[in-house]
Amino acid sequence: MDLISTYIIHQADNALILGHRNSEWTGHGPVLEQDIAISNIALDLIGQARYFYQLAAARINESAPGGNITEDDIAYLRDDFEFRNCILAEQENGDWARTLLRQFYFSTYQLLLYQELLKSRDPGIAGICGKSVKETIYHVKWSSEWVIRLGDGTEESRTRMVEAMQTLNPWIPELFIPADFEYEAAATGAGILPDTLKDEWYHRVNRVLESATLPTLLSGKNPLQILSGKRGVHSEHLGHLLAEMQFLQRAYPGCSW
Amino acid sequence: MPAREQEIFDRKIEEEIRIEPKDWMPADYRRMLIRQMSQHAHSEIVGMLPEGNWITRAPSLRRKATLIAKVQDEAGHGLYLYSATETLGITRDEMIEQLHAGMAKYSSIFNYPTLTWADIGAIGWLVDGAAIMNQVPLCRASYGPYARAMIRICKEESFHQRQGFEILLTLSRGSEAQKAMCQDAINRWWWPSLMMFGPNDDASPNSRLSMHWKIKRFSNDELRQKFVDACVDQVKTLNMLLPDSEIKWNENREHYDFGEINWEEFYEVIKGNGPCNRDRLEARKKAHAEGAWVREAAAAFAAKKNDSTKHLMYGSHTTS
Repeated sequence: MDLISTYIIHQADNALILGHRNSEWTGHGPVLEQDIAISNIALDLIGQARYFYQLAAARINESAPGGNITEDDIAYLRDDFEFRNCILAEQENGDWARTLLRQFYFSTYQLLLYQELLKSRDPGIAGICGKSVKETIYHVKWSSEWVIRLGDGTEESRTRMVEAMQTLNPWIPELFIPADFEYEAAATGAGILPDTLKDEWYHRVNRVLESATLPTLLSGKNPLQILSGKRGVHSEHLGHLLAEMQFLQRAYPGCSW
Repeated sequence: MPAREQEIFDRKIEEEIRIEPKDWMPADYRRMLIRQMSQHAHSEIVGMLPEGNWITRAPSLRRKATLIAKVQDEAGHGLYLYSATETLGITRDEMIEQLHAGMAKYSSIFNYPTLTWADIGAIGWLVDGAAIMNQVPLCRASYGPYARAMIRICKEESFHQRQGFEILLTLSRGSEAQKAMCQDAINRWWWPSLMMFGPNDDASPNSRLSMHWKIKRFSNDELRQKFVDACVDQVKTLNMLLPDSEIKWNENREHYDFGEINWEEFYEVIKGNGPCNRDRLEARKKAHAEGAWVREAAAAFAAKKNDSTKHLMYGSHTTS
């Protein structure tokens, strides 16, 4: 598979895995209105994932005569090490604080990325991002408001936010360390190098963390990268998520649903 | 009893004029509505659980998105119904407390487990189908806020029913294993769906009063018959069978006859002895308890910022 297809699948995997995580809340949210809100974000993300997978499938099929790969083949028939999502997206929901913080970190990243990709030389990518930017603006707004509310709410909510930061912060640097497909995408003009988003991301995130009276983040040097979702070396959580998500496709191969 | 007010109320019912929240109404009418509407709201919320059980295992991206949207619609229905019930002078918190304390009921159907993907189709076809039979006449219920909530809900429910049927149709045209899965789900959901219409008319005293006040428009048995008649035709499209050997066209009645419901099972499940009663209630209580610190933090923040708690807490978004 060419690296631009991998680049597109990487965007799809990010959206699907995060959307799937959010959908685990459906029916279990802390209050009905927020159950609806998190489910809505799950739907937006799964919708984005589908557009990206469909785009990738079309590219792959074009390059292989007679190919008829579908969005579902890509989502349901790859193993853990073939997924290219960032490790942040696959982290477990934990409590509402962790879910919200994960959304805030990730949506802030996606918004900056999608806004740049509006200029992509690949019209398919630019088109999907055009639609997704609007949704992502809302995701950032919603999650920022919650970060502020919980950071500056009660003693307990603040403690939980600080714990959520400790759990999730180690997975921030990966967002900005380019993978081979990102170098290729930047070189062809289909995509960008994610490290160009880094300063703005820290700036925006820290502004919200300050309003939330939470400790701010230092960008610093890239740490040693033993795991890298973009290279297919994930945390332990992804395998369990896939085992559940792919169960029917694996147990009854070749069926239509 | 305020005779004059009673007279106005009776005339409105007689003339099919909607009763609105500020109107005078008999205490029993109010009580009956609170009971029925809150039960209805709770059913939407508890009903999210058996279907939510398959969101993370839905077999394709399209099915996954559709199922999330469906379960989310149910949360929305719960929301309108809680709001409509609040117009009768009870708060959502009070209603939720009653549910968690086991004092308020919800539809017994949700005490059955969803064991395979086909169950998601069967719930759409049969459970939503039965719900629609019950709910369409409620769009003309005498209490305005209830009737208006039901109009919106019914539109979405009929969409859900078609989706459910389409899931089963796909399975029914699939592999042998998928066909077997489809038939098995129909077998398990058929009878509990018939029970959704409630006891037979002669065993349902509340029904009579409810019909007198034009909350209900048709009796339990009338609606159940309508449902059976519709399903006997629909199951042929699926090339599946309904698990009742007594189903037979009756020339005289111009309806299908069908077998006797297992009323012992019906009453046992209502009493709390169904397969999932404890699980469902525990899941709701757990979500509520684990959300307590979130709600407190939102309230504390709102108080600090002198902002409206309601706005912050309930500020959810809807996409087109």
